[in-house]
Amino acid sequence: MKIQTLTLNAALSTALLLAGNAHAAEFNQVDAARSSLAFSSKQMGVPVPGSFKRFTTQIAFDPAKPTAASTTLEIDLASIDAGSKDANDEVVGKQWFNVKAFPTAKFVSTGVKALGGNRFEAIGKMTIKGQTRDVVAPFTFKQDGASGVFDGGFVLKRMEYNIGEGPWADVSAVANEIEIKFHVVANAAKK
Amino acid sequence: MNTTAPRYSGPAIAAHWLIAALILVAFPLGVYMHDLPLSPNKLKLYSYHKWIGITVLLLFVPRILWRITHRPPAALPMPAWQHKIAEGTHHLLYLLMFLVPLTGWLMSSAKGFQVVYFGVLPLPDLIGKSEELGDLFKEVHEALNWALLVLVGLHVAGALKHVILDKDGTLRRMLPFGK
Ligand code: HEM
Ligand code: HEM
Repeated sequence: MKIQTLTLNAALSTALLLAGNAHAAEFNQVDAARSSLAFSSKQMGVPVPGSFKRFTTQIAFDPAKPTAASTTLEIDLASIDAGSKDANDEVVGKQWFNVKAFPTAKFVSTGVKALGGNRFEAIGKMTIKGQTRDVVAPFTFKQDGASGVFDGGFVLKRMEYNIGEGPWADVSAVANEIEIKFHVVANAAKK
Repeated sequence: MNTTAPRYSGPAIAAHWLIAALILVAFPLGVYMHDLPLSPNKLKLYSYHKWIGITVLLLFVPRILWRITHRPPAALPMPAWQHKIAEGTHHLLYLLMFLVPLTGWLMSSAKGFQVVYFGVLPLPDLIGKSEELGDLFKEVHEALNWALLVLVGLHVAGALKHVILDKDGTLRRMLPFGK
């Protein structure tokens, strides 16, 4: 039964992917060392890049059955690099992420849509600082040898999660919109 | 061409006072802002400081071109040593008018903060992000600013000396509405 589906998937995914390297396979072994989670905030109109050094991702993605895919992402918020030491000290504090009370942020997918070609959309719930919001994150999938490469992002509105309270709620200094960019490399399941 | 015109030309006077005013705002702003705890207010003041400083840098270019192509009025009678000090101070002031904002820009680039002029026009980063260079240019920016403070102090003292002690026309010929 499983084997039959696999064969069928192989045929389908050949159409979907570049010919030759398409083996129907579920990409579910995330390679943390080759994955990254970056963001860009805007301070007084100045784009300031940042990233999270530690996060764990679970992915189960079969390009032949994208709608069956699922993913969860858990971010260790204390691992933030917000562009400068001052900023790093600030954003873990109460008014921003309040990492003492909320050490992690979590994204749990509820569905994946195929948008055509190698483009997809992950739909799910993002929880940060006790606030849960719907998120839609478009991404592309590329097969690179035995690895699947997921690249995508979305715009997070920080005020929806109370990230930056008090004086920091002033979005003319730090814009509401934070651009999130993820790059996840996952290998196909070992047999 | 009258190279001994008794007054500075209009553009020289305009540039002098405009740049002087901008520096006299940027300087105390720089001293005040850098000790503030991180806050939206601090981010705003830093940006205002950078925009004012970049304006000085932009105005410096036409000013120095004008200065090179137009001789200032010949010095009023004064002892040679005073004239030398006045001229030397002017040259150093021109140098700092350029180097102070330039090192500020270099510092910003090295610290990984692009300068976006008035929040809308992104200026290129002069150098890549580097903690050591960021700290270095911060030191240099600061040191040059103290040099600037001393020179402006000397410069203003000289101007006042001409008004109060010499009672000559030195200040008047740099003033916009004098005769
Ligand atoms: C006429 C031009 C300028 C003047 C007179 C000026 C003056 C000053 C002064 C007095 C300080 C405080 C130094 C200290 O006490 O530590 C300062 C700091 C600073 N300046 Fe400027 N500045 C100028 C232009 C610029 C420009 C063009 C930039 C950037 C594009 C800039 C960026 C900075 C920054 C980032 C600091 C804070 C350094 C820190 O973190 O302590 N400045 N400036
Ligand atoms: C940041 C502040 C200032 C800077 C950077 C500055 C710079 C300069 C420079 C470079 C010159 C030389 C012009 C030339 O012959 O090429 C000059 C001339 C002059 N400045 Fe300033 N200045 C400043 C503030 C002031 C102030 C506050 C005063 C008055 C109290 C003043 C009075 C004069 C006068 C009278 C001259 C003409 C000197 C002469 O006729 O030989 N300046 N200034």
